[in-house]
Amino acid sequence: MGRGSAVTKRIGLQGLRLAPAQVYGNFRLVPVLRDTVRGDLRFARRTYPDDLAVVALEGEPMAPGLKYVSYIPHGMVMSWDKQQVEAVVETRLVKPDGKQLKVGPFSLRVLHRMVRREDRHQLRLLPLHLAMEGFLALQFGGPEIAWQEYSREALSTGLSPRVEQSVPGWANAAFAEALRVFEIHEQQVGVLIFRADLLMSAFILAHPDDYRALHRPMLEDFYGELLLQYGFLEEVSPLGSSIEPGRVSSLGDLRAEVARLHQDWAAFVQSCMAGGLMGVEVSASRVYEAGPFTLERFVTGLQPSEENHLGEMILREEDGTIEYLKTYRLSAAQTRRAYLLKQVSAAGWNLEDAARNLRTSRDELMVRMRNAGFGYLLKPEVLSQAVSRHTRR
Amino acid sequence: MAIALPAEQVAREDLVMFVNACFSCTGQREFYNDARGQAVSIEFLHEYILGNYRRLYARTLAAGINHFNRAQIVLNLLATGRDTPSADRAEEGALIAATLRALPPPRAYRVLELLRSRRINNRRSRAIAREYLAGRPDLDFDAVKYRSKLRSAVVHGHLKLGDERGPFLFHGWRKRVYTRPLLEKFRQAHYTQEALFELPFTIAEGLAYKHGIPRAVFLERIEPRLTQAERMRLQGSAARTKGVELSVDLSRVPLTKLALYALSLAPAARLERREELHAALSQATARTLGRAPLALGRVAAVLDNSYSSSGSNEKRRRPLGVALAAHYLLSAAAREYRAFWTSRVEDPLLVGARGQTDLSAPLLDALEWAPDLVVVVSDGYDNGPPNAVAELTRIFRTKLDPGRRTSIIHANPVFDSELFTPRALGACVPTVGVRDAEDLPTVLGFARFAEGAAPLSELEHYLAARVRQMIERDARKRGVTAPLSLVGASASEVPPEDEELPAVEEEA
Repeated sequence: MGRGSAVTKRIGLQGLRLAPAQVYGNFRLVPVLRDTVRGDLRFARRTYPDDLAVVALEGEPMAPGLKYVSYIPHGMVMSWDKQQVEAVVETRLVKPDGKQLKVGPFSLRVLHRMVRREDRHQLRLLPLHLAMEGFLALQFGGPEIAWQEYSREALSTGLSPRVEQSVPGWANAAFAEALRVFEIHEQQVGVLIFRADLLMSAFILAHPDDYRALHRPMLEDFYGELLLQYGFLEEVSPLGSSIEPGRVSSLGDLRAEVARLHQDWAAFVQSCMAGGLMGVEVSASRVYEAGPFTLERFVTGLQPSEENHLGEMILREEDGTIEYLKTYRLSAAQTRRAYLLKQVSAAGWNLEDAARNLRTSRDELMVRMRNAGFGYLLKPEVLSQAVSRHTRR
Repeated sequence: MAIALPAEQVAREDLVMFVNACFSCTGQREFYNDARGQAVSIEFLHEYILGNYRRLYARTLAAGINHFNRAQIVLNLLATGRDTPSADRAEEGALIAATLRALPPPRAYRVLELLRSRRINNRRSRAIAREYLAGRPDLDFDAVKYRSKLRSAVVHGHLKLGDERGPFLFHGWRKRVYTRPLLEKFRQAHYTQEALFELPFTIAEGLAYKHGIPRAVFLERIEPRLTQAERMRLQGSAARTKGVELSVDLSRVPLTKLALYALSLAPAARLERREELHAALSQATARTLGRAPLALGRVAAVLDNSYSSSGSNEKRRRPLGVALAAHYLLSAAAREYRAFWTSRVEDPLLVGARGQTDLSAPLLDALEWAPDLVVVVSDGYDNGPPNAVAELTRIFRTKLDPGRRTSIIHANPVFDSELFTPRALGACVPTVGVRDAEDLPTVLGFARFAEGAAPLSELEHYLAARVRQMIERDARKRGVTAPLSLVGASASEVPPEDEELPAVEEEA
C-alpha cells in the first residue's frame, strides 16, 4: 500500500467516442468506441474456479502479513509487447497462478500481490479488487497518537479487519439480460453502465476484440449497491430529441441533422449523465509502471453529497489516453464511512478537533462512528458513555 | 387518459395490429422477448379480436398469415361455435375446413389433438375432423406417422376408420397380423430390423435406437424415405456421422428455408458452395415470383444484419434469413435494385449477425438514391440516437416528400410481445409483420392498411376477396366446384344449405 503519493487529476475521454445508448428495462448501456486502435496493449481473462481468494499484499504469499480476502472469479492478464500480445491473446494454456488449497468442501486460492509481473511484458492484475483494496487501505493504519478514547486493537492493528460489501453482477437477472441483448459495435472498447440513469460502472479496454471477449464476463465482476437499488423503476425513457423541420430543405440537411442528434447525445451523456465521474477531480495514485503505460487507482472526492466512484485505469504515458478503466460506484453508506475516516484522520485522530471540523459534538461524532461500523475502534466504556449522553440529550 | 376515437378507426387499427401479429408471431422465443411473454401476448390478441370482430377474425385465415396463428384461429373458432351468427356459419365452416386442408399435416393433426385436450367437442368440430380425415390421401401412412394424434382425433370425434385401422390405433402391433402393408411393416419393425426401413423416418428413428442400429447404417438405409424437409434438417447430423452423405435437392426448398440453411453453414463452407447456393436461391426466388408475381420499379432495401437478427435458439437467425431472402426476392422483382445493409456487407451470402443497428445511416443512403420504394427489413430496434429514425422519416414525409414519390415500408419479422405488434419505426412508416420473405408480395399489398390511409371498408373488401380466392383454390384442388353461394356471398345474405360443407352441421 501507499505506493506512490496521490495526485489530483481529471478523467477525460480523449480519443474515445460515445455511441447512442441501448436500453433494457432500467439499464442503459452506453457504448464507448475507439477510432484508432494501436494494438500494443491487450487483455485476456484468467478464471479462478475457487470459492475464495486470499491475496498477499506484502511479504511471501504463505507468510503472515497483510491480506486481502474476497471472492475473485477472474483476473486479467495484460501484455504490451507485440510478440507477447500474440502469445497471450490466442493462448488456451492456463498458467499456474498462486496456490490452491482445499478447505473442507471449498477451495481457496492464495494469490501473490494484486498486480504481479509474470513476464517481461506481461502483468496479471485483479480487476477492481486493486481499486477496492486501495479504498479499504485509506487510513488503514489507524491512530498514530494513542489518544485515550481508542481501544487497544485500534492502536495496535489499526482498522484491521476493514470490510466493505459489494454485489456481484449476476445478482440482478435484468443485468444479465441487458448484457445479452446488447449489440456490440465493431470499434467498441468499453461501456458506461447506467442503472435508473445513475452511472453504476464504467469499463474501457484498449482493443475491441478484448472487449467482445470480456463483455459477458462483466456479469462476474462486482458492482455497487446501485445494482440492487431502484428495482421498482420499470423502465427508463428513451431520451430522444427531435429535428426541427424548418432547418431541413434537402436530404443533405437531413443527414446533418441526424449527425447533430448523434453529437448532442454524446455530449449530453458525457457532461450530464456521467458527470459524476468524467471531468471531476479524482485523487489518483500510481501503482505500476509497465513500459509506456502507467497503472493508477483513483477515488473521487468522497463528499457525501455527491456521487462517488473508485476505480483503476491504465494511461498511455505520452498523451494520457485512457487504455483501461474500470470503476465502482460507492454507495452512500460506503461514502459516509470513508468520509468519516478521512475527517478523523485529517484531525490527527483527535476526536475533539475532528468534531469541531465537522461542526458537531465529540459524543455525536462517536455515535456516528459507531453507526458507520467503526465502534470497534473506540473503548467500549467510552463509547457507551457517549451513547448514553447523546441519547439523554 | 381517455381519448375518443371513431369506432371505425379503432376497428381498423385493431385488425391491422392483429393481422401483423399473425404474420410474425409464432409463440416462440425471440431475441428480446421470451416464449412465455409471446404466448400470453398473442393469446390475448386472439381472444380480443375473436370477441369483438368475429367475422373478420375468421376471415383473417385467408390473409396469408403463418401456420401457428391459423391453427390458433381454427381452434378458437371451433371452441366458440355457438357465437357465430347464422349468416356467417357457412363461410366460417368452409374457411376452417379449407385452412385445415392447407396446413402441413403435422400442424393439422396437432389441431385435432388440441381439440381433445381443450375439450372442444361439438357437432361442427367432429364434422370438420371427419371431413379432414376423409380427404387425406393415405390414411395408413398417417396412422403410422401421426399415430397418437390420429388416435386422439378418432377417440374424441367417435370416428370410424374401418377394418384394420381401428385395431391398429388402439392395440398397436401386439395383437394381430395386418393385411395392409404399411401397418404390417410397422408391426414387423418392432421385431425385425429389416422392416423398419420401410417406415417414415421419424417412426423408424426410434425403432432403430431400440434395435441398436448404428446411426451411419440407419441414415444410409433410410435415405430413400426421407422427406425434403427431413433431408434439410439432417444435413448437420449427417455431416457429423462418418460415411454418410445425404443429398439434398436445393432446387425444391422454399426461399426463406433455403436462406436459413445457407446462413447455418460456416462462412468457409458458404464461400466454397457459393455458386451452388446462389443459384439455388435465385431459382427459389423465381419459383416464388412465379406463384405470386411482383413487379416493382426502382427499389431500395434497407436490411438489418445487426446482432439481434441472430434471433433466438428457437428461431435461429430468422430475422437475418428473412432479410437475405428478401434481398433475393426484391432484386428479382425490381427493375432497379440496391441493398443497404446496416453494417457493410461484401457478399450477401456471407452475411452474419453482428454489430449494432443504425438504421438511419443506410436509410439516408437509400433515400438519396431516390427509389420508388424503400423496403426496410428489421426487427425495429434501432441503436441510433433515440427517435432518430422516427424523426428522419417524419421530416422526410412531411417536408421533403409530401407527395409520396418514394414510399417506405417496414417489414418486421419479429413480434414484440409488450407492444402486441411488431415494433414500428415511428408513425410515418407503415409496419407489417412477416414470417417468410415469401410473404412480401402479400404484405406489400397489406401495407396500405397499416399506413392508415385506407378505410375499414376497404380492408373488409380486401379480406373478403382473399376469402373468395382461398375457397375457390381449395375447391379446385379437391376437384369440386366451389359453392357459388359462398363465393359470391356478401355478409348480409344467408347462404342456402349445402351438403358439401360440414359447416351447416352446426350444433343445435
